[in-house]
Amino acid sequence: MQPLLSVKDLRIHFHTRNGLVRAVDGISYDVHAGKTTAIIGESGSGKSVACYGLLGLIPKPPGKVEGGTADFGGKDLLQLSEAELRKIRGRGISIIFQDPMTSLNPYLRIGDQMIEPLQLHFGMKKAEAWKRATAVLEEVGIRDADRRMNSYPFEFSGGMRQRVVIAMALITEPEIIIADEPTTALDVTVQAQILKLIAELQRNHNIGVIFISHDLSVISDIADDICVMKNGEIVEQGSRQQIFEQAQHPYTKKLLDAVPDTHKDIVENNDSEFLVVENLCTHFSSSRRAPVVKAVDNVSFKIKRREIVGLVGESGSGKSTIGRSILRLVDPTSGSVKIEGTETTALGYRDLKMLRRHMQMIFQDPYASLNPRMSVYDTLAEPLLLHKIATRKTLDSAVFELMDSVELARESVLRYPHEFSGGQRQRIAIGRAIATKPKFIVADEPVSALDVTIQAQILDLLLELVDRYELTMLFISHDLAVVRYIADRILVMCQGELVESGHSDQVFDNPQHPYTQTLLKSVPGKYLHDEIAAG
Amino acid sequence: MTTAISEIDPQELPKGVSLWQDAWHRLRRNKLAMIGACYLIAVIIMALLTPWIAPYAYDAQDLRLGATPPSAAHWLGTDLFGRDLLSRIMYGGRISLLVGFIATAVALVIGVTYGAIAGYVGGRVDAIMMRLVDILYALPFMIFIILLMVVFGRNLLLMFLAIGVVEWLTMARIVRGQVQSLRQQEFVEAAISIGLSPARIIWKHLIPNALGPVIVYTTLTIPSVMLLEAFLSFLGLGIQPPQSSWGLLISHGVETMEEYPWLLIFPGLALTMTLFALNFLGDGLRDALDPRVSKD
Repeated sequence: MQPLLSVKDLRIHFHTRNGLVRAVDGISYDVHAGKTTAIIGESGSGKSVACYGLLGLIPKPPGKVEGGTADFGGKDLLQLSEAELRKIRGRGISIIFQDPMTSLNPYLRIGDQMIEPLQLHFGMKKAEAWKRATAVLEEVGIRDADRRMNSYPFEFSGGMRQRVVIAMALITEPEIIIADEPTTALDVTVQAQILKLIAELQRNHNIGVIFISHDLSVISDIADDICVMKNGEIVEQGSRQQIFEQAQHPYTKKLLDAVPDTHKDIVENNDSEFLVVENLCTHFSSSRRAPVVKAVDNVSFKIKRREIVGLVGESGSGKSTIGRSILRLVDPTSGSVKIEGTETTALGYRDLKMLRRHMQMIFQDPYASLNPRMSVYDTLAEPLLLHKIATRKTLDSAVFELMDSVELARESVLRYPHEFSGGQRQRIAIGRAIATKPKFIVADEPVSALDVTIQAQILDLLLELVDRYELTMLFISHDLAVVRYIADRILVMCQGELVESGHSDQVFDNPQHPYTQTLLKSVPGKYLHDEIAAG
Repeated sequence: MTTAISEIDPQELPKGVSLWQDAWHRLRRNKLAMIGACYLIAVIIMALLTPWIAPYAYDAQDLRLGATPPSAAHWLGTDLFGRDLLSRIMYGGRISLLVGFIATAVALVIGVTYGAIAGYVGGRVDAIMMRLVDILYALPFMIFIILLMVVFGRNLLLMFLAIGVVEWLTMARIVRGQVQSLRQQEFVEAAISIGLSPARIIWKHLIPNALGPVIVYTTLTIPSVMLLEAFLSFLGLGIQPPQSSWGLLISHGVETMEEYPWLLIFPGLALTMTLFALNFLGDGLRDALDPRVSKD
C-alpha cells in the first residue's frame, strides 16, 4: 500500500552559537492511512523537530533542512515555498499540541477559533462553517455543542480543552494528524478517554497519525509502527510487535527495562508509628466572599518508621497539599499531625526550625526548585551551615560527601543549576533534602518531570537512600506504575478525601473504591505489561 | 564518576565562593563594563582631588574676558563672567556625583528592602505597605521637598536625602513585583522547608534573583537624580551660584546655546560620558550576576 507520507533521510541541523546541533540526522519513516506511526524518544532526541520540520515550523535560522525528501501526495514538502506549505498546514496535515492550556487563544470563543481554518482553506461562509464546527465538536464528545461554541477556553476543563484542540485539528479533514504528546499534560483517567477518542476518529476518517511521545506505555497501546529516536537518529524501527518482543538495539532495551514494572516485595513492618495524621483539613479561600476550597478534607492516616507510603491522586485531588500541610509549608485549618509524638500544627517558629531538620521535601520540578543563582556548593552548604551539621572547616568535605551519596561528579561542585540536565538537578535537590540527615521526606512527584531512563535511576537512588539512612517517606505521584515500584503502602486521594488505603498489592489487585477501580483501568500500557509479564 | 578529594586541584576547592565573587570574575571579562568602571573611577578620583588640581577657583571671575571659546589658558573656554569652564565642570562634578550616588543609594536601600518585605510577606501587610507607596506617589514631590527645606533649612545633604526619598517609590514597586513572582517558585519553598528565616530567604534567595531589573533601574535613576538636582537648584532650593553642578551648567548653557555653544557642549559631554559609563557597567553587572548568561 502506498504510504500517505514518506520521509527519507531527513536531516535538520541547528547552527547555534555553541556549534552545530544535529537535531535530526538522517531519519526515514512512513505514515499510512488509518495507521499510527509512533515516534518515541527522550527530551532532546529530536522527535518533535522530525515532524515540525516537515511543515516548516522550526525556527530558521538557526534551524536548516540539510537534506532528505518528504513525499506527501506527490509533492516534496521540503521543497515547497512558505505559501504552498501554508496550504498544507491545517488542511493536509494538522497538529495536536501538548498543552491544551496554551494552544487555544484565551480571548476568542471556541467557535470563532474553529471556523477560522474553514473560512481560510475552503472559503466557507460563516454560517456554514459554524454548522460544520458544531458537528465536529459533537463528534469529539462535547455535549451541548451548540451552546459550547460560544464558550471561551477557560470555561473548559483540561480534558475538554484537549477535545476542542482535537476537533480543531480534525475540522479541515486532514489526511495526517501529528499528535505531539497530546496526553502528557492530562490526568490518567482523562488520558484514557482522549486516547480512545483519537483511535476512534482515526478509524472513522481513515487518518494517518504521527504520535510523538516519551511514554512507552501510551505508545504500546496505540501504535502500529514505532520509531525509537535518540540523538537525532532512529536507532530502531518496526511494528509494535517487533519493538516490544524482539528489541534489538541496546537503547530500546534500556527504555523497555526502565519501565517500572516490578512490585516491591512486601516486608512486614513492625516498627513503631512515625507519623500520625488525624482529621487533617486544609481549606483555602482567596477572599472572604469566595467559596472555601476544601483542598484536604478530614484525612487521617499513619506512617510507620522506615515505610514508604505512596499518595496517589489526580491533579487537584489535594495530594500535594497534604504533603505541604504535614511539613507546615501551608498551615492546616484543623486536625492534628504528630511526628514521633510531637504535635506539629501548634509549633512556634523556633521549635519548627528545629523540627525542619528532621523533615524535608523533594519537589517536582528540578528546574524551579533550585535557586538559579546558587552553585551546587552553596545550595548544599546552606542547610549544613544552618543546622550546624558542618563547620566552615569541614564544609568542603561534607558537601563532597553529599555529592557522592547522590552520585554527582565532584568536579561539578561550582556549577550552577542551568548547567545540569533534569536528572542531575533532581540529584542536587535530593542532596539538599538529605543534607540534614532527616528522618522523614515528602517527595512530591520527584520523577514526573524526568525522562523514563532517568526516572528509573532516580527511583533507585531514592530506594537506596531510604535504606541507607533509614528514612520514612511520603511519596506523592500521579503515576501508578511508579508508586507501585517504590511504595510499601498506598493511599488514594480523590477531591480532597482519602478514598482508599492499603498495602500496594491489595490496592492494585483488589481495589475496593469505584474511583480506585477507574483509576487502575485507565493506566496505559496493558499491551506492554502483558509482554513484560509474558517474558 | 566520583573523584577523591586528593585528586582535585586544590586551586579548585571551593573556598567560600559566593555569587558576588563569581560575578566579579565574570565582570572582569566584560571589556565594555570594565572601561565604564575605569572611567567612573577616574571621574571620582578627579572629583576628590579637584581643589588641588583644578586650574582656577570655581568662582574666580575675569569680567574683562567674558565668554571666550576654548584656548590655551582656558582649555574649555570661559563663561559670561569669565570663569574657567573646566574648573567649573570639575567642581560641578563633585556635586552631581554626590547627589547621584547618595540619592540613588538611599532609594536603593529603602526601595529594595521595602519592596522585598512587602512582596515576601504579602497579604494585608503588602496591601497596607503598597497603599502607603501610592499615597506618597500622589503627593507632589516638589511640595514635599520644599516643606523639608522650609522646616530644616537649606542643606545640601538634606536635599540629597529628599531626592532619594522620592525616588525609592518606583524601586519598591519593581522589587515587590519581582519578589512576588519569585515567591511562587519552588526554590523558595525549599528554602522554607530547610528552616531558613524569612530575612535570610529574602536576602539570599529573593533579592539576588530580582537584581536584573533593579540594576537597570538604578542606572536610569542616577541621571534622573542629577537632572532633578539641577531643577531644584534652578528654583533656588538646591545649590546656589557661584557654586555649580553639571545640571546647573547645562541649564545655563541652554540659555546661551546659540552664541556660546561650548557652554552647553562640554558640561553636556561630561554628563553623557558618565551616563554611558554607568550604563555599560550596569549592563555588565546584570549579566555578571546571572550565571545563566553563557560564560564565553
